Amino acid sequence: MKILVPVKRVADPDNANKMKVSADGSSVTSEGLEWKINPFDEYAVEAALRLNEKGGSGDTLGDVIVVSLGPADVATTLRQPLAMGATRGILVEAEDATLDSAAVARALAKLVEKESPDLVLMGKQAVDGDSNTAGQMLAEHLGWPMATFAMSLEVVDGGKALRVGREVDTGVLTLEVTLPAVVTVDLRIVTPTAVKNGVTPADHAYNEGARYASLKGIMQAKKKPIDQIKLADLGVEAKPLVSYAKFEMPPARSGAVTYVESVEQLVEKLKTEAKVL
Amino acid sequence: MADILVVGEILDGSFRKSSLSAVRFAAEVASATGGAFDILVAGDGAAGAAAEAAKYGARKVLSAQIDGGYVAEKVAATVAKAARDGGYAIVTATAGTTGKDLMPRVAAKLGAGVASDIASVSVDGGAITYRRPMYAGNIFGHARVESEVAVVTVRQSEFEPAGEAGGASPIEAAEVVADPAAERVKFVSLESQKSERPDLTEADVVVAGGRALKSAENFGSVLEPLVDALGAAMGASRAACDAGYVPNDLQVGQTGKVVAPKLYVAVGISGAIQHLAGMKGSKTIVAINKDKEAPIAQVADYFLVADLFEAVPALTAAVKKAKA
Ligand SMILES: Cc1cc2nc3c(=O)[nH]c(=O)nc-3n(C[C@H](O)[C@H](O)[C@H](O)COP(=O)(O)OP(=O)(O)OC[C@H]3O[C@@H](n4cnc5c(N)ncnc54)[C@H](O)[C@@H]3O)c2cc1C
Ligand SMILES: Nc1ncnc2c1ncn2[C@@H]1O[C@H](COP(=O)(O)O)[C@@H](O)[C@H]1O
Repeated sequence: MKILVPVKRVADPDNANKMKVSADGSSVTSEGLEWKINPFDEYAVEAALRLNEKGGSGDTLGDVIVVSLGPADVATTLRQPLAMGATRGILVEAEDATLDSAAVARALAKLVEKESPDLVLMGKQAVDGDSNTAGQMLAEHLGWPMATFAMSLEVVDGGKALRVGREVDTGVLTLEVTLPAVVTVDLRIVTPTAVKNGVTPADHAYNEGARYASLKGIMQAKKKPIDQIKLADLGVEAKPLVSYAKFEMPPARSGAVTYVESVEQLVEKLKTEAKVL
Repeated sequence: MADILVVGEILDGSFRKSSLSAVRFAAEVASATGGAFDILVAGDGAAGAAAEAAKYGARKVLSAQIDGGYVAEKVAATVAKAARDGGYAIVTATAGTTGKDLMPRVAAKLGAGVASDIASVSVDGGAITYRRPMYAGNIFGHARVESEVAVVTVRQSEFEPAGEAGGASPIEAAEVVADPAAERVKFVSLESQKSERPDLTEADVVVAGGRALKSAENFGSVLEPLVDALGAAMGASRAACDAGYVPNDLQVGQTGKVVAPKLYVAVGISGAIQHLAGMKGSKTIVAINKDKEAPIAQVADYFLVADLFEAVPALTAAVKKAKA
């Protein structure tokens, strides 16, 4: 099937505690932090590749197109999924500050109209803004069904539908969406048998996590096309619905850590100091 | 003046308690702006849920019976219609997985921006500002929603559940609106493990285990006795969930549940940024870890450097004694 995967670059999430707020509070900076592909989007790429290949054989069953909205240098971000095996890229040039989830969803809807994929597979949330809204908005704009927080995917109904296990507060909710659809993925989508496309042998187990790009993949990715367009070319206004009046650091936790010597001392502190026992 | 519509969640035919955080938020904004708030319950078992929702001081409760298991496509159009008809300035829900699933879809129908997972709200004249964690809780942004209607999801751990208000709100039927998208999605099943323990997001005490527990059996034999001695809820790190030691819905963190109990005990958890994001709002934090340098020390109040397989049974015994 033809799968569109939107990917965002984010400041290295493992060092999110090094993010800084400008002196006047008007902006945040990630200076000194590397750009990384949003981890959930990387998982979406992996899931898309698994859906579209005969596992282990190297045969592909359809195209995986990756798209990123952002400044021109997000082309670098797009090279990674291309090196993992995606077919081609689309770069929608826009200033980061003008892109809230609503603008992203409207732009993606226009792209979907152009590309007519069978499936949009994306991260459940970008771990910079932690909004968790673009996929749901996109599905609504398209009038498509959706499955958010996907932890498993299975192609059913002769390729016309997907059975999706969703990670919800109270357990696992399973539903079936008729394609075309929007699916947003959760962490567990990259466990070894989370994706079943009906073509890959049922006993095939993938490695845990997203695949690394091979050297060959990296070389090939350099030649893969990345179409470059502007947000305005899609007829989308760069006007976010959510703006930020200011940013601040969270208040520090009061008091430093106390190292206790023994279980007895811990219980004593919890009783008399913290008064929680 | 801002009128607010709270979208309440129905779980097993009842009004889900987590929705009371959104009710608290709505009541706060309504009183600050001189507006009113209503509650809408849409789904299977709406009548029963509406009767329960009527206890919390809403101007009225709207009820829409929609048969079958929850999928957003079956509910969103009904919510959007009620939101439009009522002329609400804000449409809100608690930011659980249902609220996060449904509300952006509603927002797209309304042309509204979403302030998601907010930690607090402030009203200054006509301007409403939503303070929300970003970057795994390492930055707080003060968001303004520029659209005419704002859709807001609220973080359960930051808004105390609303209390009963005395009396009962009048209940009205809301119009159920069909959505073509709903014909292309089918609810299959909801599998949940029932537990006798308190709910993770509502518990006063949470004991969470990490990769260091090494197995599901050890969660049962080593951690559970401590959980029960403290009358706590059980939580876990992603690594423990991924390894299959405990169900995924026990995961605490940026992508799991956000908790803020009076006491959080992290056992054999290193304290990765993504884990801290889900528990650093806890009042008192205890870490039990072999490694004195583990990053959990950045947020812990008390740190016991020890092998958990010795320390946890000893702590269980000591807690039992202290409580006896
Ligand atoms: C996109 C993304 C989202 C994520 N979301 C989450 C999330 O929501 N929640 C979450 O928890 N993680 C999340 N993670 C994973 C996170 O980065 C860490 O990998 C994870 O939290 C580590 O789990 P852990 O602390 O149990 O394991 P480890 O990091 O392996 O830590 C184990 C700890 O146990 C200690 N230890 C070992 N043996 C003993 C012993 N016998 N006695 C005492 N101590 C011992 C060690 O010193 C160590 O500190 C996410 C990651 C990504 C990429
Ligand atoms: N600038 C962007 N470019 C491409 N995809 C994006 C962008 N912003 C958000 N997305 C997609 O939308 C998902 C949800 O983002 P959010 O609603 O911002 O948390 C992400 O996981 C991405 O798949």
